[in-house]
Amino acid sequence: MNLTDQLPALQVVVPMLSAPLIVLLQPRGLAWAGATAAGLVSFAIAVALASAVLGGETLTYSMGGWPAPYGIALEVDAFSALLLLIVTGAGAAALLAARPSVDKQIELGLQPLFYAAWLLGLTGLVGIVVSADAFNIFVFMEISSLASYILIAGGPDRRALPAVFKYLIMGTIGATFYLIGVGLIYMMTGTLNLADMEARIGDVVALNPILVAAGFITIGLALKAAVFPLHVWLPNAYTHSPHMVTVFLAACATKVALYVLIRFDTSVFQAKLDTHEMQFALFAMPLAILGILVASAVAMFEGHLKRLLATSSVAQIGYILLGASFVSHAGLTAGVMHMFNHALAKGGLFLAVACIGYHYRDLRLSQLGGVAARMPWTCGALLLCGLSLIGIPGTAGFISKWLLITAALESGPWGWTLVAVILVSSLMAVVYIWRIVEALYFQAPVESDTPVSEAPLQLLLVTWGVALLNVVFGLFPAIPLALANASASLLTGGAP
Amino acid sequence: MKLLELLGYYNYWVFAIVLMVGLYAVISKANLIKKLIGLSIFQSAVFLLYITMDKVEGGTAPIIQAGVEDQIFSNPLPQVLILTAIVVGVSTLALGLAIVVRIKESYGTIEEYEILDAD
Repeated sequence: MNLTDQLPALQVVVPMLSAPLIVLLQPRGLAWAGATAAGLVSFAIAVALASAVLGGETLTYSMGGWPAPYGIALEVDAFSALLLLIVTGAGAAALLAARPSVDKQIELGLQPLFYAAWLLGLTGLVGIVVSADAFNIFVFMEISSLASYILIAGGPDRRALPAVFKYLIMGTIGATFYLIGVGLIYMMTGTLNLADMEARIGDVVALNPILVAAGFITIGLALKAAVFPLHVWLPNAYTHSPHMVTVFLAACATKVALYVLIRFDTSVFQAKLDTHEMQFALFAMPLAILGILVASAVAMFEGHLKRLLATSSVAQIGYILLGASFVSHAGLTAGVMHMFNHALAKGGLFLAVACIGYHYRDLRLSQLGGVAARMPWTCGALLLCGLSLIGIPGTAGFISKWLLITAALESGPWGWTLVAVILVSSLMAVVYIWRIVEALYFQAPVESDTPVSEAPLQLLLVTWGVALLNVVFGLFPAIPLALANASASLLTGGAP
Repeated sequence: MKLLELLGYYNYWVFAIVLMVGLYAVISKANLIKKLIGLSIFQSAVFLLYITMDKVEGGTAPIIQAGVEDQIFSNPLPQVLILTAIVVGVSTLALGLAIVVRIKESYGTIEEYEILDAD
């Protein structure tokens, strides 16, 4: 047994065990340092796992030595490795930058609990990704959700409370739907292991319960992933939560739910439900297109910086779902790739927002005049990530939009209408990013009593780090692209 | 005959009805506590689904006894699963109630419309 074999378990165990330890670290700063260390170790494990599966291998870990399907298995393949990189990367980067912003927004005595909840959220998200067991995914999903409710409600803004209540209600309904679906599949197949499930669904004679299960699971996970029109919990929850929590959750939380959705709908149900491919495409594609267009249009008229970016997230989820709904190799590559690139762009944008929010309490665009003169570096990073979100060549966002357009053209005679949708929504993205730029750079400065300077260096350095990664992965996308390609091959079950 | 067959699935009918009662309460009630009650009812319905599917006719609790050879057992796995789900449900409810307490503290009300008007 060498260390690589243990990594899938360690990925979950490290943040999980760090969480209770951090509660004990009362002195100022120590809790942050502990949480950041745990976050960085998780990220290092994710990098090691990704390099181990880069060639398309699958690492399997049987919990307690019980072989699957009897025991609980953890599995890491290219798809999960890419998601692990996104989740732990977002967690580690946000934690690295978090201290100044969290010191300002969270009471000192509550900070150890706050960081513990953060690590539990991280545990839940990585747990969902490495788990190969449908019920374990449910448990981890609830761990991550409960932790994120706490994180979102932890800030000083009281409007976060009704927002998080709505999120709790809708999130629980989504998770319960998923649980019903898993129960129905278990009833028909007698297994909870995903690979085993996929194989045994073929022997099921009465397909109706499986069809119902597919419906429950797809809707439940779409709720968790904030797929349009089930996204109503997202904008308020992200707008009023503490800034650093928004960075962390916006970069990875909804993508993990989409990951499970894609796993179920393209591999577990795909092989045996005869026309499931068509059903999934017919269900997901209109929602994706509507989400892209409607959410982008709403974002164009949004007056609050954070809510604007949160609404744009709903549109970006639409892109990922659109890629997945082609159920082709090219489409899945584009969708998976966009998960990675959107995490980079949106994570960077929200980090820049956290920098601005460090000095400005009111983040309505009309109140942000003259920010660029006072915080030139912050606004530069925001602009760079904004360009990546639009998809300007040379940034990460361009790669996935290009892949998506290619996949759309391959998808059939109607592909060009989808290309039109993507282009129109990119233009809308230009409009809403421009509105931010206009407010920050060209609006008449708002009077303020205290002189405002740049954000703290710690926050600014991480923001620029992420912003530069947008360019690096825009020019050299080889590694995420290789992982995305391998994921698509795994999901379509064939050679590239 | 058909009717009897349908009635024979009465556990599943109860599951579906309780599920919808809970969902209806979540959607229609404006009082946050009532919403949480609805959510709990909604989750309880799923417990019934799992408990129903593990029942084997004539089966008893899965405990091996000395001297008893051909005992039929109910499937213990869904019971274990639903124990976990009950724990999850309880923690969700507890957290939900804690949030309602915080809402009451900062808004002075737990009626959805009054909260919406307050901001």
